[in-house]
Amino acid sequence: MSDNGAALVLEDVHKSFAKLQVLSGIDLVLAEHEVVCLIGASGSGKSTLLRCVNLLEPIDSGRIVVHGEDVTAAGVNVNELRRGIGIVFQSFNLFPHMSVLENITLAPRKALGLPKADARARADDLLARFGLADKRDEYPDRLSGGQQQRVAIVRALAMQPGLMLLDEVTSALDPELVAEVLSVIRELAAEGMTMLIATHEMGFARDVANRVCFLDAGVILEEGTPEEIFGAPREPRTQQFLQRIVEAGRL
Amino acid sequence: MLVVVNAAGWPDVKQAFFDRDLFQESFPDIARAFLLNVKIFLIAEAVILVFALFIAVLRGLPGPVFFPVRVLATIYADLFRGIPTILVIYILGFGVTALQLPGVPVSELFWGTVALVLVYSAYVSEVYRAGIESVHPSQEAAARSLGLNRFQALRHVIIPQAVRRIVPPLLNDFIGLQKDTALVALLGVVEAFRQSQIDVSATFNYTPYICTAILFVAITVPLARFTDWLVARDRRRQLAGGLR
Repeated sequence: MSDNGAALVLEDVHKSFAKLQVLSGIDLVLAEHEVVCLIGASGSGKSTLLRCVNLLEPIDSGRIVVHGEDVTAAGVNVNELRRGIGIVFQSFNLFPHMSVLENITLAPRKALGLPKADARARADDLLARFGLADKRDEYPDRLSGGQQQRVAIVRALAMQPGLMLLDEVTSALDPELVAEVLSVIRELAAEGMTMLIATHEMGFARDVANRVCFLDAGVILEEGTPEEIFGAPREPRTQQFLQRIVEAGRL
Repeated sequence: MLVVVNAAGWPDVKQAFFDRDLFQESFPDIARAFLLNVKIFLIAEAVILVFALFIAVLRGLPGPVFFPVRVLATIYADLFRGIPTILVIYILGFGVTALQLPGVPVSELFWGTVALVLVYSAYVSEVYRAGIESVHPSQEAAARSLGLNRFQALRHVIIPQAVRRIVPPLLNDFIGLQKDTALVALLGVVEAFRQSQIDVSATFNYTPYICTAILFVAITVPLARFTDWLVARDRRRQLAGGLR
């Protein structure tokens, strides 16, 4: 396994909470501009995996390398690392006491030290691009779920990350709002953004992913192109999982 | 009200507590002395807001490294919430001034105010802490994931939300503080309560106490309405109409 030019490398990553082993040896490589979707049942470790990558959760053992830098080594500046990795959460996690604009400009101003005017210009560009220009001065609670999630994506993009982690970003949305968020992500993929996406939207995963990984019991049980995974899954557990998804009408 | 006015002792009480002439006579003196109460609590409140937040943040520092700091902050909060305010005022007001340490103020007013700051900061730090802990951890996760450091996340994301939630209990403590400025009188400082005592002992009539009570209420009510307005304004701005 070579790290040369890889955006993200995970080597034998283990993570447990108290006695519960959540990740039991994850190996994964993302090339630059690659979009990888993580699928699997709830509790299979998808979210934990994403949270480990930007060190929101410390790992127990293994190695995580982001753009050639071992981020699990001692003495890594986590704040600097996180500035280069955008993460979007299932529950948006916008700051409710700040307007949309303030939500987006906070980190560029405080973490990157960008002057206010530059941060605003950057935010305005992004808002316009994603059709949110008129929501600039609204507060998050006044927006629909889809709009909130798009703002959350813009907030992450404002840091100009080289890698985006998306954690079930459409799971908290009404079905009719899912499309607007997915189209934003498709656009990012088309622009070449490297993304690691945990999702339950199988149709979307099939569309957007270069590669799909099926997580089961804390390991990547099977990985391949969307055609391979959704067309002809090899592992019985993968087949079972996809069968249940089909029965639920989600594929 | 009717019960009171029709009570057998009402004429006596009326005469002893509600003497119109005496009220007019003592009001200017007491109002002037009350300015000292206002000064004490304005200064104390400003210091408490900052100091209590500092204590609350210390108590919330994570990890084994900060264990001693957490313990000290906890001891402080326990101690000063546990000792009756009046004792703290006596101990500092008479004790520290009697030490005659070089460079340390010997003013009873100063140490009385310090005592109030120490006692109320202990209460208010707990209010802050409750507010900080009420902000969902996902907010900190979001802030940290954007590359903000712990302090920046606290400063820009956690504390602003915490403070908005604790405005009513904070006001509660400040009203308590305003009233307790009267305790500084025990050190011999002539503020509104002490002034009314002087007036009472000169006339053997309690009307000056009523006068003082009215002054305290007069300053509490506008403050309470102002806070209500602040909270309501904030809510209107953040939320889309609907439920009231």
